[in-house]
Amino acid sequence: MVSEKDVAHIAGLADIGIEKEELAEFTGRFNEILDYFDILDQVEPGSRGETDLVNVFRDDVVEASLPEDEVLANTREKEDGFFRAPRVM
Amino acid sequence: MTETAGTTGQENRVMDFSDDEVIIGLEIHCQLDTLTKLFCGCSTDYRDDGPNTHVCPICLGLPGSLPRVNRKAIEYALRVAKALNCTIIEESEFARKNYFYPDLNKGFQITQYDRPLAVRGYLDIEGDDGEKRVRITRVHVEEDPGRLVHKGGADRAKYTLVDYNRAGIPLIEIVTEPDIRSPKEARKFLNKLRATLEYLGVFDSEKEGSLRVDANISIQPKGWFTREGKGKADRGRAEVKNISSYKGVEKALTFEVTRQKNALRRGQRLGTETRHFVETRGITTSSRSKEMEQDYRYFPEPDLRPLQVCSWAEEIVLPELPDARRARFLTQYGCSPIHARTLTGDLRVAEFYEHIATIDPVLAATWVADTLLGELNYRDMGVSRVSPESFRELIVLVKEGSVTDKGGVEVLRSLLDQIKESGSCETPGECVGRLGLRVLERTGETGADDDPVAKAAREVIAEQPQAVADFHAGKKEAFNFLVGQVMKKTRGRAKPADVNQVLSGILGKEG
Amino acid sequence: MPTLTFSPKDRYNAFITTLNEAGTGPGKLSGIGIAVKDNISTSGIPTTCASRILEGYIPPFDAHVVTLLKKAGAGIVGKTNMDEFGMGTTTENSAFGPTKNPADPSRVPGGSSGGSAAAIAAGMVRMALGTDTGGSIRCPAAFCGIVGHKPTYGRVSRYGLIAYANSLEQIGPMARTVSDISLLMEILTAYDPRDSTSINCPYAHTPDPDVHGLKIGVPEEYFGEGVDPRVASVVWEGISLLERKGAEIITCRMPSMAYALAAYYVTCTSEASSNLARFDGVRYGHPADTKLQWHESFQDRRRNGFGTEVKRRIMLGTFALSSGYYGKYYAKAQAARQQVRTDFLRLFRSVDVIAGPTMPTVAFRLGEKTDPLSMYLSDILTVPANLAGIPAISVPCGTSEGLPVGLQIMGPHFRDERVIDVAYAYELGVAR
Repeated sequence: MVSEKDVAHIAGLADIGIEKEELAEFTGRFNEILDYFDILDQVEPGSRGETDLVNVFRDDVVEASLPEDEVLANTREKEDGFFRAPRVM
Repeated sequence: MTETAGTTGQENRVMDFSDDEVIIGLEIHCQLDTLTKLFCGCSTDYRDDGPNTHVCPICLGLPGSLPRVNRKAIEYALRVAKALNCTIIEESEFARKNYFYPDLNKGFQITQYDRPLAVRGYLDIEGDDGEKRVRITRVHVEEDPGRLVHKGGADRAKYTLVDYNRAGIPLIEIVTEPDIRSPKEARKFLNKLRATLEYLGVFDSEKEGSLRVDANISIQPKGWFTREGKGKADRGRAEVKNISSYKGVEKALTFEVTRQKNALRRGQRLGTETRHFVETRGITTSSRSKEMEQDYRYFPEPDLRPLQVCSWAEEIVLPELPDARRARFLTQYGCSPIHARTLTGDLRVAEFYEHIATIDPVLAATWVADTLLGELNYRDMGVSRVSPESFRELIVLVKEGSVTDKGGVEVLRSLLDQIKESGSCETPGECVGRLGLRVLERTGETGADDDPVAKAAREVIAEQPQAVADFHAGKKEAFNFLVGQVMKKTRGRAKPADVNQVLSGILGKEG
Repeated sequence: MPTLTFSPKDRYNAFITTLNEAGTGPGKLSGIGIAVKDNISTSGIPTTCASRILEGYIPPFDAHVVTLLKKAGAGIVGKTNMDEFGMGTTTENSAFGPTKNPADPSRVPGGSSGGSAAAIAAGMVRMALGTDTGGSIRCPAAFCGIVGHKPTYGRVSRYGLIAYANSLEQIGPMARTVSDISLLMEILTAYDPRDSTSINCPYAHTPDPDVHGLKIGVPEEYFGEGVDPRVASVVWEGISLLERKGAEIITCRMPSMAYALAAYYVTCTSEASSNLARFDGVRYGHPADTKLQWHESFQDRRRNGFGTEVKRRIMLGTFALSSGYYGKYYAKAQAARQQVRTDFLRLFRSVDVIAGPTMPTVAFRLGEKTDPLSMYLSDILTVPANLAGIPAISVPCGTSEGLPVGLQIMGPHFRDERVIDVAYAYELGVAR
């Protein structure tokens, strides 16, 4: 069982805004689903299985980068070629 | 960081710090010198270009783009792992490290977690107490995040500017065991590591931001890390993040040693703390709020397939590494152990030396290791700025006696100044001529009128009657003084042996 | 280049974006208008994943499959509605409103590729692309009465598909007939080295309806608890038809089915929690609010930009990967996934294909399913194929309560041809 506090903590970890009013409903649903997931407790921890496809590489050859106008085409928040993001401090 | 003033005096008496040991472990990130990024074909040669000019859907993290592993980056990493005597993991894989920050193009960083490329290696270094082995915990490959810029400084900027040119540059992360015992030893380790990486041809230390270090440092009672010492209390530690220069590492660690010792002396508990190195002030500061408890939620990167590279690693033939080259310099060139270490400590220096060693290996070793490196260091220049052909010519002039040792140094300084100023310089021969430093060749018999050394000697004798008198009175120092005066008059161009001979000849006759 | 005009009356809300004119060219798909699910990148055409968070995003590149369709002469006529990021079984979780089922507009079309299925079922397009993470092609195909194929994992490049759960999902064809599915497979399987998880295994095949001697495995679990008996009996009839055509029916068991759904939901939510972190508004999409601090802005965006189900799955995945729970959830889900794979490999040693219903019920009424767990449970029959990475097709096999029912046929890895042959045999058998 997870509590509303746990769910709020997970929301913090996921950096996702959950409204206070949503919390109870979310927690209830969460617990139903987690109860269902408990069936996995019966699974023996196993090997990852054989890997058929390995070592997929590309050669170290320069390819064209995106044209500068396309790089910044999808945002309004730009300045001197930089993207503008909210401050981190 | 709060001071707990109340406890200081008392604890001071009970705690004994005479037997302390500094414990340092390093986590080093180096950029691998590939042509393209780790997961896309964008060029890594972005340093002279504007922001966001070397980006594509993959390194911008556009939805729907998929990473592709650069074979060269893995090969380079394998070279490093082998050179560090690591065990290559049979099947390794990439993993996602999830955290939210604008320098991350995808909201996660592709790195390696519980199945890294290689583990359990070592690097032998010249430690504080002689040869020592620093164990390597793991070596893995990951992508560099983008670069954040704060106009007007981090404190005042209203927003963050992001440049993804650096995003996706291949990094190798090398983690050591806590085997390093002093800041100086940490620097030596890094120097050796850098040399090794450069010998391997996988790393260019001259590129800005190519190496970054996180250092774990604590001060513990001696033996704390050995089995017997395990019972003793842990005194806490600091992780100093993101030190971006070699000199910075020693500075930051030296600061930490002092800070932690002082704190322990005052009876403070240190706990575990993340700190940042403020390069401009040479100090570390606590980064409290930001690094709350991080949970990176690693899981295998589903867009990439695992690596099985053991047999590939076996096929890779490593080039000569610093230790082997040092041994060779001892035997092949007869270098002194100190010269051999200095000359092989940097790939460019070693190659530079080998270019000119054929003239006279020992003379060349002295000139490169003692003279050239000192002069370069003084001018904050790298050896790559000097043409070996030009330097070779200078050594030849010295060796054949066309210029004295002292004159040679004067020429070197002038040439280096020219290079620093304009990027190019005259030939050593031209420089010798311009500065008038060509050794004065004696002409004819001792005392001949046209012999420049004899001329200078006669002038000195005329100018220094007192010294001459002292000499005749039997004072030996007076002779040395007169030799010095002749050297000065010839501006070092006369050979000391000639001056001796000429001077004693003339004075003898007079006597 | 000839153009194709497309101005449909979209009565079922099948499209998010329609293009009135689409260029076409010569090739196997010359002149055919194709609808593309809106989580597949189309250069110059908005690609939203039916989410507000991608509002205004215009990809600067085409997904590999879109490039292939264009090269084959097809015209891209529109981007179809879906559950946000593919998270749903009904196409109700869309920022652009639900799609309705053309077979009965009071019902859902299934999801998450509901728009593509509805567009075909309503006759607006002949073929469409969908994506299938846990049944998202097959479910709407079954509910709308069309054909939908989830290829073997790795057979079709995912380059340009906006990821929901990378290790599970494939792009695949949807159409009215098996022949068209086969035709699309020929185009879509051209190799693309940009997807490191894909394999160069082109599909060059003409469907062959001969099922003489074919061994069809029918797992008991596909007719067990939770499967509507009326649906089950319709599907049994379909399987019997194949038997009459010469196939041999072998009942079998798939014990790992007990864990499959949980393994699926743990895996897909874990991957999703990471995939959906990139929508921070810095590089594209609705711009980030630079007046706020980074984390405030990020949280705001996610709160307002994602629907409830997406938030729920991000939270579930975050929890499943978080320290202390990774072993209980993610690691166990991978072990269970391995068991599912092992079960299929074992079964395919004695049978050629496995058959059963695609969905346990017929299409739900719009708004009928409100609690997430019961919604998840309706994916029980489709997720095993995704967990194992095997090919699976859904072909219409009659009706129950007047609503379409799908017959699902699964085959061994890279035997998409066989699965398509069996579906073709069924289709022809019904037609005669």
